[in-house]
Amino acid sequence: MPETDIQKLVIIGNGMAPGRMLEHLFEQAPGRYQVTIFNAEPRVNYDRIMLSPVLAGEKTYEQIVIHGDGWYIENGITLYKGHRIVAIDRAAKTVTSDQGITEGYDKLVIATGSAPFIIPVPGKNLPGVISYRDLDDVEAMLLAAQSREKAVVIGGGLLGLEAAAGLAQRGMDVTVLHVNPTLMERQLDPAAGYLLQRAVEGRGIRVICKANTKAVIGDGKVEGVELDDGRIIPATLVVMAVGIRPNIGLAKEAGLAVNRGIVVDTGMQTSDGDIYSVGECAEVDGMVYGLVAPLYEMARIAASHLAGDAKPAFVHSDTPTKLKVTGIDLYSLGDFADADDRQEIVLRDATAGIYKRLVLKDNRIIGTVLYGETGDGAWFNDLKKKAVDISDMRDTLIFGQAYQGGAPLDPMAAVAALPDDAEICGCNGVCKGKITSTITAKGLTSLDEVRAHTKASASCGTCTGLVEQLMSMTLGDAYNPKAVQPMCPCTELGHDDVRRLIKAKGLKTIPAVMQELEWKTSCGCAKCRPALNYYLVCDWPDEYADDYQSRFINERVHANIQKDGTYSVVPRMWGGVTNAAELRAIADVVDKFEIPMVKVTGGQRIDLLGIEKEDLPAVWADLGKAGFVSGQAYAKGLRTVKTCVGSDWCRFGTQDSTGLGIRLEKFMWGSWTPAKLKLAVSGCPRNCAEATCKDIGVICVDSGFEIHFAGAAGLDIKGTEVLGLVHTEDDALEHIVALAQMYREQGRYLERIYRWAKRIGLDEIRRQIMTDEEKRRGYYDRFVFSQKFAQVDPWSERVSGKDKHEFKPMATVGFNQAAE
Amino acid sequence: MNWYPIGDISDIPLLGARCVKTPQMKIAVFRTDEHEVHAIENRCPHKGGPLSEGIVHGTSVTCPLHNWVISLETGRALGADEGEVRVIPIRNEDGKLFIALENVMLEAAE
Repeated sequence: MPETDIQKLVIIGNGMAPGRMLEHLFEQAPGRYQVTIFNAEPRVNYDRIMLSPVLAGEKTYEQIVIHGDGWYIENGITLYKGHRIVAIDRAAKTVTSDQGITEGYDKLVIATGSAPFIIPVPGKNLPGVISYRDLDDVEAMLLAAQSREKAVVIGGGLLGLEAAAGLAQRGMDVTVLHVNPTLMERQLDPAAGYLLQRAVEGRGIRVICKANTKAVIGDGKVEGVELDDGRIIPATLVVMAVGIRPNIGLAKEAGLAVNRGIVVDTGMQTSDGDIYSVGECAEVDGMVYGLVAPLYEMARIAASHLAGDAKPAFVHSDTPTKLKVTGIDLYSLGDFADADDRQEIVLRDATAGIYKRLVLKDNRIIGTVLYGETGDGAWFNDLKKKAVDISDMRDTLIFGQAYQGGAPLDPMAAVAALPDDAEICGCNGVCKGKITSTITAKGLTSLDEVRAHTKASASCGTCTGLVEQLMSMTLGDAYNPKAVQPMCPCTELGHDDVRRLIKAKGLKTIPAVMQELEWKTSCGCAKCRPALNYYLVCDWPDEYADDYQSRFINERVHANIQKDGTYSVVPRMWGGVTNAAELRAIADVVDKFEIPMVKVTGGQRIDLLGIEKEDLPAVWADLGKAGFVSGQAYAKGLRTVKTCVGSDWCRFGTQDSTGLGIRLEKFMWGSWTPAKLKLAVSGCPRNCAEATCKDIGVICVDSGFEIHFAGAAGLDIKGTEVLGLVHTEDDALEHIVALAQMYREQGRYLERIYRWAKRIGLDEIRRQIMTDEEKRRGYYDRFVFSQKFAQVDPWSERVSGKDKHEFKPMATVGFNQAAE
Repeated sequence: MNWYPIGDISDIPLLGARCVKTPQMKIAVFRTDEHEVHAIENRCPHKGGPLSEGIVHGTSVTCPLHNWVISLETGRALGADEGEVRVIPIRNEDGKLFIALENVMLEAAE
């Protein structure tokens, strides 16, 4: 035996295939390898299949991360982010990165993936020409989409269409150029391709088939695409999505056998016994793969071999193709070309836009194309995989599983009838039995739990419907995906019902709410208590006593907790205006308490970071003496009102934007809202205060004040909607305050104003605030009443002794005894 | 094992916590809605968040940093998370609270 059993495993590439391989490997042979990963991308492992939903704004990057930084730490993996390997020395068994790191290996896995194919035409390198491959490309597209100008997508395949749909959704005018006569010709027959084209065009995307790109034109940047028939399609963004090429350069230079990809045997071993390859760069049995299911299969096999079990072998199987564009359902599997020895069954429903085609050979399914209605895909796939003789059900086969054996069944019965080994999730190779048995064994009740435990529908998500049906089937009435989402596990009621009942039943304390609404826990949880506290503060401003123990720590100590347990403190600077005396007072506090970091915030004020909790009251006292009050930078409440200098100074300013901003902030500070509320006032449409991405914004114009709302510039990016134009500053204040009160009364806790507005409807909000004067007055008056109780500076209140215990330890023990 | 007085139960807010400093660590002492007291290490097993600052519900506390839920009785993370903090023995004699520290914890500070 060697002195140490731990071997060094080096992986080049950090995509989905090696990530999955490591999951298997750590399960099968924990502790066997010390793992080092070199990733040319500066990121952790994320779900590339989900780039399209990120582009379309349906997901965020955080939601598609597969392995967060913690995973690498937990598994003792050294991850070099942003390191590209430039050389493999097989004799010395080392790899070297472009940043000069050299690492030795016992086993090496090459998972360099693939690169987008760039058509070799003039202008292909112009700024504005990008591919669609990783998050950087998505970010570049999102940036370009902000211009809302014209985009051309070259390539009408899976990726190209997803890119086009995403860009169109982001507001760009999109044209798809496709070299073949019909879209997605590799996966769809012409009939389905036609239906797809109609659906794509229905989204306002122009499709030009048989389009040969001659050149990308432009002077210094992209201006358009020229076709070989002379047509010119104007564009400020060109996305090339015409295919991928395996990245084999590194392997080739190292002298490994390569063909289209890096040649591996069915055990994923390259021509060098210590080097494996998985993913899009690997070629096995003459095939390279781009869909996730076979890549995950490669990962499983490589892991087994690395773990010492050389038995598993990679076997080719057809993978169904689905398009991840919301609202377009298509499914394609296997071989569907016409040939003499083949027969087909076709079903068309023109009005419903449905097309189904099965290709048969010797009474067995060898290919399937489904468009518009894809629910039976899994069943057809199962029949094909098992090579079932379909002679007996041939007449009704095309209608799907529900119609076999007599009367039509409901969709649930169709799922119920699937055998346990029928594949439900193609991406992760999860079969029906695995899902139903895990639901039962682990007592799972939500889709997220099922995803966490089985991985089914956790990658591309197109099988979510099937998984949900399995959940209904297994759990019965206990699972109802359409039911109102309860506030938290303590109740069956949703936020809206709770708010309604608080008013209707006159419930004025948290225990009263829990008693009357039959809470299932004695004192709630960290989700419902802060929500209830807010609803009660909002609905009964004069009667309800704020419950500090139900507030998040930041609101309890009027500062923002930081990762190391210290706090940050932000004093108010009304409208972002300050003076020498205030700055001097801040400087003195910084010196006195040795505050390590002073930072200017995005909301035009100053953040003091790294303050110990014990020091908070003294810090507030000193700031308070200089006239500061809490900036409530921690609150689900009014935060900042950002302003520009307006007509007082600016040569373009049309109104006193600074003055209005200060007035709004002084009027509204201290108010609690469902989620944070940020305002801005810009003095002219040049919009230097960035009012059009705020919760509520004002753009001053010559004729008055244009009030905006429902913008976002955080997890989501969204421009504001116009509420309406008013002519005086007093009117602006009244309308804005009324809008805030309406949101206060109707919003669900933690629901930002843009989400609330989407739920209620913009027109309804405009009607109540702009048109219905009585309603507006009512909202305004209720806000003003509530402010009488809310505008108490929490800092001065605490300095004067309220809940002083919060800041001191209860006792100190052990020190004296220890020192004796 | 020695018992040390740390104060009165009324020093702790209902559904709240206070800290006790010891040579080796900070201890969070909680008071539940049933007026039970629990003492655990004031350090979330996830990223070291100060558990005493969390929201107390039932016999659990939710960490203020990333919402891990820790049982006050066992010190274990609840739900899908895995981890554990040290539970410190605590005694309530007519409202007077005592915690037990092992000698080894005290010696460590010498």
